[in-house]
Amino acid sequence: MSATVQTGPATPAGPVSGLWPRRPLGDRAFQLLALLSGLLVLVILVLIAVTMSQQSTQWFTTAGWSGVFSADWDPTNNKFGAMSFVYGTAVVSVIAIAVAYPLSMGVSLLLNEVVPRRWAQPIVYVIDLLAVVPSVVWGLWGFAVFIPWLQTTIYPHVASAVNHIWILGNLFGPLNGNYVSGASFFTGGLVLAFMIVPIVTSLSREVMATVPGADKEGAYALGATRWEMIRGVVWPHSQTGIVGATLLGLGRAMGETIVVALVMGSSPTITSHLFTPGYAMPGVIANQFGEATVGEFRAALIGMGVLLFALTIVVNLTARAVVERNARRIRGSA
Amino acid sequence: MEQPEQDVVTQTVSTHLPKLETTVRATSQTPGTAIFEVKNVSIYYGAFKAVTDVSLPIYENEVTAFIGSSGSGKSTVLRAFNRMNDLVQGARVDGEMTYRGADLYGKDVSATAVRRRIGMVFQKPNPFPKSIYDNVAYGPRINGIRNKARLDEIVEKSLRRAALWDEVKNRLKQSGLALSGGQAQRLCIARTIAVEPDVVLMDEPASALDPIATLAVEDLIRELKQNYTIVIVTHNMQQATRISDRTAFFSVLTDSKNDTRTGVLVEHGPTQQIFEDPRDSRTQAYVTGRMG
Ligand SMILES: Nc1ncnc2c1ncn2[C@@H]1O[C@H](COP(=O)(O)OP(=O)(O)O)[C@@H](O)[C@H]1O
Ligand SMILES: [Mg+2]
Repeated sequence: MSATVQTGPATPAGPVSGLWPRRPLGDRAFQLLALLSGLLVLVILVLIAVTMSQQSTQWFTTAGWSGVFSADWDPTNNKFGAMSFVYGTAVVSVIAIAVAYPLSMGVSLLLNEVVPRRWAQPIVYVIDLLAVVPSVVWGLWGFAVFIPWLQTTIYPHVASAVNHIWILGNLFGPLNGNYVSGASFFTGGLVLAFMIVPIVTSLSREVMATVPGADKEGAYALGATRWEMIRGVVWPHSQTGIVGATLLGLGRAMGETIVVALVMGSSPTITSHLFTPGYAMPGVIANQFGEATVGEFRAALIGMGVLLFALTIVVNLTARAVVERNARRIRGSA
Repeated sequence: MEQPEQDVVTQTVSTHLPKLETTVRATSQTPGTAIFEVKNVSIYYGAFKAVTDVSLPIYENEVTAFIGSSGSGKSTVLRAFNRMNDLVQGARVDGEMTYRGADLYGKDVSATAVRRRIGMVFQKPNPFPKSIYDNVAYGPRINGIRNKARLDEIVEKSLRRAALWDEVKNRLKQSGLALSGGQAQRLCIARTIAVEPDVVLMDEPASALDPIATLAVEDLIRELKQNYTIVIVTHNMQQATRISDRTAFFSVLTDSKNDTRTGVLVEHGPTQQIFEDPRDSRTQAYVTGRMG
């Protein structure tokens, strides 16, 4: 304010000018920048959605609903059914969540409630480091190290152990007698789980940290052990928040491309057997877009991108709503 | 109650004999059993000595009030009775504290077992984010009671004793967070007595409540005295005179040389004596100064 105002007493400032003291230039520039970038993000999002949809209309009009959601993917014969990819994405996401949710829960409970603070901090650093491992490195590791190990050391034993057990046999038993593959639905889900554990853990820890100390003391004062306190107080307080955190993780897992392209085996299959190769939406887009130069093939891959985009947005919005509702509930109780 | 209290004063003033048998024998001359014996207890938070050299008995089926200025260690001593200080990293109790003759801080004594017998009500009502029913049933459930009929019975009895039943009997499924401050505090009291404790510790249980809710809680404390031993920290001296049989006055000892402030127990005795005929000039100043 001072610099501009003091420059010239000769400047006819006018009687009203004092009401509008000019804020520092940096301040105004920042506000403008923030507004513009906010708008830009929205515009970009809308443009992506619109242009992508336009480019994929050919697929939807030619194949129709039944064609789009059939399981028949055969580009050489102009069959572009997306169902096996939707299925693959759904299955790896469910596996990723089923693994990441309890793992993150356990780790965050341990770090927040059990491990003394001075030891918890280094563990947090290590977990956060996992979050910055590039996904291509996860994919390469999965492909070069994890898959061979699983294929020789783990899956065959699990498969033969559960082979004739009801349900378990259908999920983890060998397909057609003795076939298990390291590159599979399950491996894809596992690697995605490792990738999202850091973010889910860190969000869960934040949620758990909002549990009032007074509530914990209340449970302890009734003679609760630490575990009873966690079950009776920490859990009901943070349950929905943790579900939200996991859904945010799910949003990431669904769109994650390179991992599913590398470790799932790239075979469009719909089967309950998780130790067999599958294919997810981002995987097929990444692998086949190079060849898909023309026509319906190209439109189908872009259309799958639109589907994926819509799906992740729905999951993310749901997650935010859940987290927000939990936050409101806890604030309401304070 | 009134008359034998005199003996207690003389007894507490005289030196305690350390042997347990003496405590037991002394029982016949006192109004109740000394349920707690505190001897030369100092409590530390890390290197900081919060209270020094506290000695006092707590008698069965009486209300003992802790009064004194803020920071004099009332809460610290209160929380030592049910080992809540164990939850504070670096907190340490020096000296001897016995509960019904047993060393509270003995090697094999479990803090959770202690807390199941010695319950606590806090300054700010802290109902769990659960239904009213589940709040009260929480303690019995962690004690292994699963039978629905039995739980129903305990919940009703506890809420009745906490003078809350009539207000909530038609909405037991509603969240405990939806209650008013006074109701929430009575819910917390119901929750505490649902585990049938022996002693109830209360840390300024009415200080967050309006005057009417405060009187309701005070009535309740007088009621509970029939069945429980109560130790209550209070800021409010009228409250101490209204509800307590015995009062302990704490003060802060300031050492200007080392710039430390340590809580001390100045004196304790029957409430009437503490307020009308205090032995220590500091007590005198406190009770007269504040009461006007
Ligand atoms: N958790 C804690 N950690 C460290 N110091 C504490 C803690 N609780 C209380 N104190 C200190 O111990 C002293 C006594 O506190 P407190 O027992 O709460 O007093 P009162 O209840 O009489 O107001 C104060 O100096 C306070 O700052
Ligand atoms: Mg206090």
